[in-house]
Amino acid sequence: MKRAFPIVAAVTALLLAYAFYEAIWVAPMERTMGDVQRIFYYHVPSAWTAFLLFFVNLVASVIYLIRKSAKADAVALVSAEVGVVFCTVVLVTGPIWARPVWGIWWTWDLRLTLTLVLWLIYVSYLVLRKFSDSSQTPKLAAVLAIFGALDVPLVYFSIWFFRTQHPQPVIGGGGSIDPRMLHVLLINWLAFSCFAFVVCWARYRIEWMQREVDEMEAMESLHGVTQ
Amino acid sequence: MNSLRSITLATLTKDIRLEWRSRDAINSMLFFSLLVVVIFSFSFDPNAEESREIAGGLIWVAFLFAAVVALNQTWARELRNQVLDAYRVSPAPANALFVAKAVGNFILVSVLEAVMAPLFVIFYNLRALGPAWQLIPVTILGTWALVVNGTFFAAMSLRTRSREIMLPLLLFPISIPAVQSMVEATRIILAGDASARFWIVLLLTYDVVFTTACLALFETILQAE
Repeated sequence: MKRAFPIVAAVTALLLAYAFYEAIWVAPMERTMGDVQRIFYYHVPSAWTAFLLFFVNLVASVIYLIRKSAKADAVALVSAEVGVVFCTVVLVTGPIWARPVWGIWWTWDLRLTLTLVLWLIYVSYLVLRKFSDSSQTPKLAAVLAIFGALDVPLVYFSIWFFRTQHPQPVIGGGGSIDPRMLHVLLINWLAFSCFAFVVCWARYRIEWMQREVDEMEAMESLHGVTQ
Repeated sequence: MNSLRSITLATLTKDIRLEWRSRDAINSMLFFSLLVVVIFSFSFDPNAEESREIAGGLIWVAFLFAAVVALNQTWARELRNQVLDAYRVSPAPANALFVAKAVGNFILVSVLEAVMAPLFVIFYNLRALGPAWQLIPVTILGTWALVVNGTFFAAMSLRTRSREIMLPLLLFPISIPAVQSMVEATRIILAGDASARFWIVLLLTYDVVFTTACLALFETILQAE
């Protein structure tokens, strides 16, 4: 497993470079928006990756509550951390695109608000993990993750009542997209998912090592007391 | 089932009796929300036409902040003399404790609302143009939405450092759809320009979903030590 890591990381780096080349030079120029549209190749894959990671967090939290496995808890922590980073990328790249195209930085539209609320929920999840230092942190965090997941459909319906300004989803939303653009988008999505996977993997290993070190230190101090 | 009800009632009457004797929580909540009302009225011009549009938001934000004051005190009393630990080892159902605490908070916040609502009406010259009776279900459902999750997260933040600040950090993000529903329903009823039914149904759904989740997961939280 450990030997596979540099290989996977190298492949991901190559894939990211290729995806960057495709997005900047190969993808056709959008007729009305111009070059600013190319941010779409980072915005949308980041959003999909963030939502995927939040979903992984929910599944890991449920597994933790059922099985009490420390590995599931580490996966939940790591996916929430990396998910918040990708969600931040979405929230930052969105306004950069929206300003020249819509003329405004932000609007309280369905997808924007939903993404913002998701971001808030997961930041509060990370704050809880940071502030709680008992051995029960994983349990509390897992419960909060379930509450957050229950909240998402309710947020969706509460904003659904307002008009939607965000462009329709390019896949399954009735919007039309140039097949070459779709091709570049999917390559970028693949590259970003691999990137997220590599980062999660590295973070997971660090987290696991940290726990082993903590455990060892605790054991040592325990021996020190008995001697 | 019988023990569930009797334990719930016993805890609830104990809490209410304690609150009635000290009146700590209710007095600080009342004064706090009075301050919020006054400060809001300085931050903008409370003239009748504009204030009707935003009054719904102001009322609920004031109640939300005041409710946090009460919710933070929910479990503090039980930490002294290890009451919570005693409860944990006793065979009493965990949910009886949770229901008693949630209902206690509900009563407390309802009293606050009953006192503060007339003040809002006077200060902001409010008059409902829509069906005013709908404000009753909105208030009941909205208050329950705040206290059920608030009681739960207060129990959760007992295990964290600086728990007083932890509660709003956990409660507010999850409460966003509930707060939006309360505010929109109140605004629509006061302005009388549409039907508030969608928001009341959404609020009811929120209550059902999170009451179920709290009852299902409270035991896990109580036993976490």
